[in-house]
Amino acid sequence: MSTSSALERFDDKARERFEAAGRTTVYRGELLRHPVYTRVLHWAVALFFFLALFSGFGIYLPWLFRWFTPIFGGGQLSRIMHPYFGVAFVFFFALQVVNWLPPMLWTAADSRWMGKIHKIVSGEEKMDPPDTGFFNAGQKLQFWEIVVGSIVFVITGIILWAGASTFGRMAVAISYVLHDISAVIMLGGIFIHIYLSTIGEPGTFQAMIRGAVSEAWAWTFHPAWYKQVTGRDPEQACEEARRGH
Amino acid sequence: MADRKALQAEMISGHSTPSPGLGMQRDLEVCKLVDTTTCIGCKACEVACVEWNDMPFSLTTFDNTYQTMPETRWNFWNLIKFNEHQNPDGTIQWLMRKDQCMHCADPGCLAACPAEGAIVKYANGIVDFNQENCIGCEFCVSGCPFNIPRFNPATKRVYKCTLCSDRVGEGLEPACIKACPTGCLKFGSKDDMKFIAEERSKQLRENFGWKNAGVYDPQSVGGTHVIYVLHDATDPERYGGLPKNPQIPWSYTVWKWLFKPVLGTFALFGFVGVLLHYVTAGPRVEQPEPPKKEGSSVNV
Repeated sequence: MSTSSALERFDDKARERFEAAGRTTVYRGELLRHPVYTRVLHWAVALFFFLALFSGFGIYLPWLFRWFTPIFGGGQLSRIMHPYFGVAFVFFFALQVVNWLPPMLWTAADSRWMGKIHKIVSGEEKMDPPDTGFFNAGQKLQFWEIVVGSIVFVITGIILWAGASTFGRMAVAISYVLHDISAVIMLGGIFIHIYLSTIGEPGTFQAMIRGAVSEAWAWTFHPAWYKQVTGRDPEQACEEARRGH
Repeated sequence: MADRKALQAEMISGHSTPSPGLGMQRDLEVCKLVDTTTCIGCKACEVACVEWNDMPFSLTTFDNTYQTMPETRWNFWNLIKFNEHQNPDGTIQWLMRKDQCMHCADPGCLAACPAEGAIVKYANGIVDFNQENCIGCEFCVSGCPFNIPRFNPATKRVYKCTLCSDRVGEGLEPACIKACPTGCLKFGSKDDMKFIAEERSKQLRENFGWKNAGVYDPQSVGGTHVIYVLHDATDPERYGGLPKNPQIPWSYTVWKWLFKPVLGTFALFGFVGVLLHYVTAGPRVEQPEPPKKEGSSVNV
C-alpha cells in the first residue's frame, strides 16, 4: 500500500515537473490526450526498444541480419551494448507502467470490445463501441504483452548476460529460446502499433507528438473517454458535426 | 588462419552461404588418440601446450589432488585430470585423463555461435576459434557438452585448444603429441587412430583383464577428433567427468536452424498483415467523414 502510494506520488511529481518544463498546446476542437511526461517516456521506450531490437538482430539470425551489427560498431560492441539498451528499455517502460496503470486495467467493456474485434478491424463498425475508454482492449492487450515480455526479457537477459559460466549450460540454452520468443512477439506487435498510430488511424500520431487529438478522433475511437472529458454524448456530437458539414 | 591448401573450412559459424572450401580437395580427417591406460601423468603435454601457444602464466590452484588446477583456463587449454577411483573389490585405480577440446564432428560450440566466422570447422576435423570475429556472448560455453570454451574477461573473447591447427596446417603433429614420453598420445588419420584404439582395447580386454575396456568416440556429437582408450568405457564419468552421452542443447540445433527463421517469418506477417489491411479494409478514419463530391467516387 505504502509502496504503491509512493510510486503514485513519484508519478504525480514527474508529471508536474515535465509539464512545467514542456508544453502541450490544445487548439479549439481538440482534446489533451498525452501530457509531456507520457510523451517523453513513450519516445524513450521507443528509442531503446529499437536500439535493443536492431542490436539483437545480428545475434538472432547472424546469417541473415549480420548487416545490422556494423551500425553498432561491430559484433563485439553490439553484444556489449545490447543488454544496456534492454535495461534502458525496461526501465523507461516500467515508469510508463506506473504512469499508465489505472487506465490500462482490464474491464468488462474490454471483453465486449474483444468480442467485436473482427467488426472493428474490418471497418464494418466505423466508430468504436460507445463504452471504449481512454485505451481500447487492443491497446491494453499489447501493453500487458509488453509487461509480460519485459519480465521474460529481464529474467532471461540477466542469465544470458552473465553467461553459462555463472548460470550453467541449460539455463542459458533455455533462456536464449525464451528471449527469442519474447522478442519475436514484440517485433510482430510493433508493426501493428506503428500502423495503427500512423496511416491505419489517421490523426493518432499527433497524440504522441503534440499531445492533442481532434474531438472527432476522440468520439470516433474512444467515445467513453470523450464523454468523460467533455460531458457530451459522442454519437450526438458526431451527428451534429455531420449536419454541420 | 592457415593457407588454402593446408586447412579447408567445412563449417563456418553464422555463415549464410556454403563454405568456400567444402569438398574442394581430398582431406584426411585427423585425430588425436589418448590412451589413458599408458598415461603416467607427467604433464609434459600441459607444458608443451603452454610453450607452443606462448600463453601467459598464471597462478595455479592446489585442490589436494595431483591436478595442476581444477579446470582448464583461457590460458591453459590442456589439463591432466586425476581421479582416485575405488573399485568394488576395494582396490584403488589412479585415473589420468588429458582434458582438452574434443573437436567434435558436430560441434555444439559452432552451432551455438552467432558471430560469423568466429568458429570454424576445417575439413580435417579441427574446430578452431577465430578470436577476431568472436563477440564474447559465451553461447559456445553453453553449447559445448565438454565444458571447454573459456572466456577471458580482459579481451572479452573465448579461447580453447586449437589441436595446434597452425602446426597441423604445416604437416606437423600437435605440440602435446610431440612432448608425450610414453606414446600414450598419438596423432594421425581418424581411421588409423580408431584402428589402433580398437586394437589396444582388444588387447586390454583379452590380455590384461579389463573386460570393459573400450574406445570413447561419442556418436551423439557425430564422433570426436580426440578419442580415448578407457579401462572401463561403460563409465567415462569417472575419468574427470567425461560425459557418457554428450548432447548439444536442442535450442542450438532444431531451434536455431528451423524455428528461428520460421518465427522470424511470423513476425514479418505482422508487417504483411497491416499492409494487407491498408489495401483491403483501408484505414479507419474520424467520423463523420468529409462529404464526398458528387461523381468523385463510386461505392461498390
